[in-house]
Amino acid sequence: MRKIIDTMIEKVIFLCGMLSVIFVILIFSFLFIESFAFFRGFNIIKFIAGRYWYPDSEPVSFGIFSLLVGSFLVTLGACLIAVPLSVMTALYISEVVSKNVRDILKSLVELMAAIPSVVIGFIGMIVLVPCVRKLFNIPTGLTAFSGSVMLAFMAIPTIVTISEDAIRSVPRQYKEGALALGATKWQTIRRIVLKTARPGIIAAVMLGIGRVIGETMTVMMVTGNSSRIPHSIFEPVRTMTAVIAAEIGETVSGSMHYKALFSIGLVLFLITFIINFAAELFLGKNKNK
Amino acid sequence: MLLNYVDFGKLMSKIEVKSFDLYYTNFHALKDININIVDRRITTIIGPSGCGKSTLLRSINRINDITEGVHTSGEINIYGKNIYDNKINVDILRRNVGMVFQRPNPFPISIYENVAFGLRVNRISSNRSIISETVERSLKAVLLWDNIKDKLHKSALTLTLEEQQRLCIARVIAVAPHIILLDEPCSSLDPVAIQKIEELIIQLKDRYTIIIVTHNMQQAARVSDDTAFMLFGKLIEFDKTEKIFTNPSKKETEDYVSGRFW
Repeated sequence: MRKIIDTMIEKVIFLCGMLSVIFVILIFSFLFIESFAFFRGFNIIKFIAGRYWYPDSEPVSFGIFSLLVGSFLVTLGACLIAVPLSVMTALYISEVVSKNVRDILKSLVELMAAIPSVVIGFIGMIVLVPCVRKLFNIPTGLTAFSGSVMLAFMAIPTIVTISEDAIRSVPRQYKEGALALGATKWQTIRRIVLKTARPGIIAAVMLGIGRVIGETMTVMMVTGNSSRIPHSIFEPVRTMTAVIAAEIGETVSGSMHYKALFSIGLVLFLITFIINFAAELFLGKNKNK
Repeated sequence: MLLNYVDFGKLMSKIEVKSFDLYYTNFHALKDININIVDRRITTIIGPSGCGKSTLLRSINRINDITEGVHTSGEINIYGKNIYDNKINVDILRRNVGMVFQRPNPFPISIYENVAFGLRVNRISSNRSIISETVERSLKAVLLWDNIKDKLHKSALTLTLEEQQRLCIARVIAVAPHIILLDEPCSSLDPVAIQKIEELIIQLKDRYTIIIVTHNMQQAARVSDDTAFMLFGKLIEFDKTEKIFTNPSKKETEDYVSGRFW
C-alpha cells in the first residue's frame, strides 16, 4: 500500500513537472505556426528590417524595425539606470548596513517587485511625464526616456535581490583574507567581492533585462506609442510589446495583421529566451565554483 | 599612520596584551588577558575548543572588528603603540601583522595575482618588475616556486590544499609584515603536509615574530619556543614550551597537556 502511494505521488510530481515544459513547448509551437503562416505571405527580411509598420494602409507594410529599435532603446536606457543603482544597492545591503537595517531594506526592495506594472505606468504618466517635458523642454514627455526610467524601477528589485545573493555568497574567508593583507573595505569589495560575485551579478542583470524587455503596460502608458525610428531617447517610441497589446483586440482572427502580431511575439520570445538562457549559464558557472 | 612598517627598524619589538577583555554581544570571550610576546620567537596558544585562543589571535590584527557585536576593553600594544587606539590606521596595522587562516583561503584569481594582491592594495609598488620579483621571492620563501613557476597565471584554486596554504603564507610574506599570526594553519592538511608547513614555519622564525593557534599539542611542542595555555577565556599559564609540557606550574595546564580533559 505504501509503495503504491509512493509511486502515485512520484507520478503526480512527474506530471506537474512535465506540464510546465509542455506548456512552454505548446506556446512556442503556437507562435511558430502562426508566424510561419505569416512569413509565407510576407517576406521575413522585410518584416525584420522594414521601417514602416502600417498594418491598415494600402499597401500594407509590416516592418518591425522601428519597434525593435524602440524596445532596444527603452531597454538599454533602463539598464543604464538600473544596473549601477541596483549593484550599489546590493553592495550597500550586503556589505555596509547592520543586520536589522538590512532586513528592512531587503523586504522594501522586494516589495517594489510587487507593485503592479499598471500602477507604475500610472505614476509615470502623472508624475514623471510632465516633469520630463518641462525639464528637457520638449513637446511631449511621453518618450523613450520616460519608459526607461519607469522600467528601471521594475528591474531594480530583480537585480538587487539576485546580485545581493551573489555578493553574500562570497565566502567570508576571502574578505577576511583581503582585509588581513591590509586592503581597505572598498579595495576588498572591488577587487575580491565584486570579482567573485561577477557571474551572479551578470545573471541578475540578464534576468532584469528579461523582465524589462517583456514589460508591456508601463511602456504603453509612458512612451507615446509612435512607431517611427527615433533620433534620440527624448522622442516617443513604440515597443514590440505595446504593439501586440494595443492591436491584438482590433484584428480579425486569422488575418495577416493578426499573424504579424504573433510573429512579433515569436521575436520577443526568442529574445527573452536567449537572455534567460545566458543568465542560466552565468548562474550555473557561479554554482560550480 | 602610527604603525608605519619602515619605522620599526630593529627594535626589540613585542606584543603586550594588557587587561584585555572581549565580548561577542553579551558573551564574555576573553577575560582580563595579560601576556607579553617576545620578538622573533614562535609562540603557540593552546587550549580546548571555545577557550578564546582564536579570538585572542584575531584581536592582534583587529580582524575581529568585522564581526558584528564585538567590543573590547584594555590594550594590545605592538611596538609600544596601543592598536585599539582610535588614531590607529587599521589597514596599516593589518599589513604589518599578517594572518594565515585555518582553511587555506587563496582568492579565486591567479596564483601570481594572489601574491601581488597585497602589494597592489597597499600601493607598495606598481612597478611590474618589482612586483614580479617580490612574487618570486615570496613563493621561493615558502618553497613553492619550483613547483608552480610555469603555471603562475592559473587559478590558485587548482593547487592542492597544502600548496594553497603555502600560497597564503607567501601572500602574507610579500607585504613584509613584522608579525605573522597563524590560526590553526594545519587543521585541514594531511600529516605529510603538516610536517612540511611546520618546517616552513620554523624557517620563518628568524625574520618574523610568529604566533600560532593550534589544538594540536604535539605541534605546539614541536615548533614553538613559548606556549600559552588558555581555558574558558582566561590565560592560565604562559611560559617556555618545554616548561609547559614537562613541568607546568598550574594544575589545569598539567591536566590539559597530559590529556585529561574536562
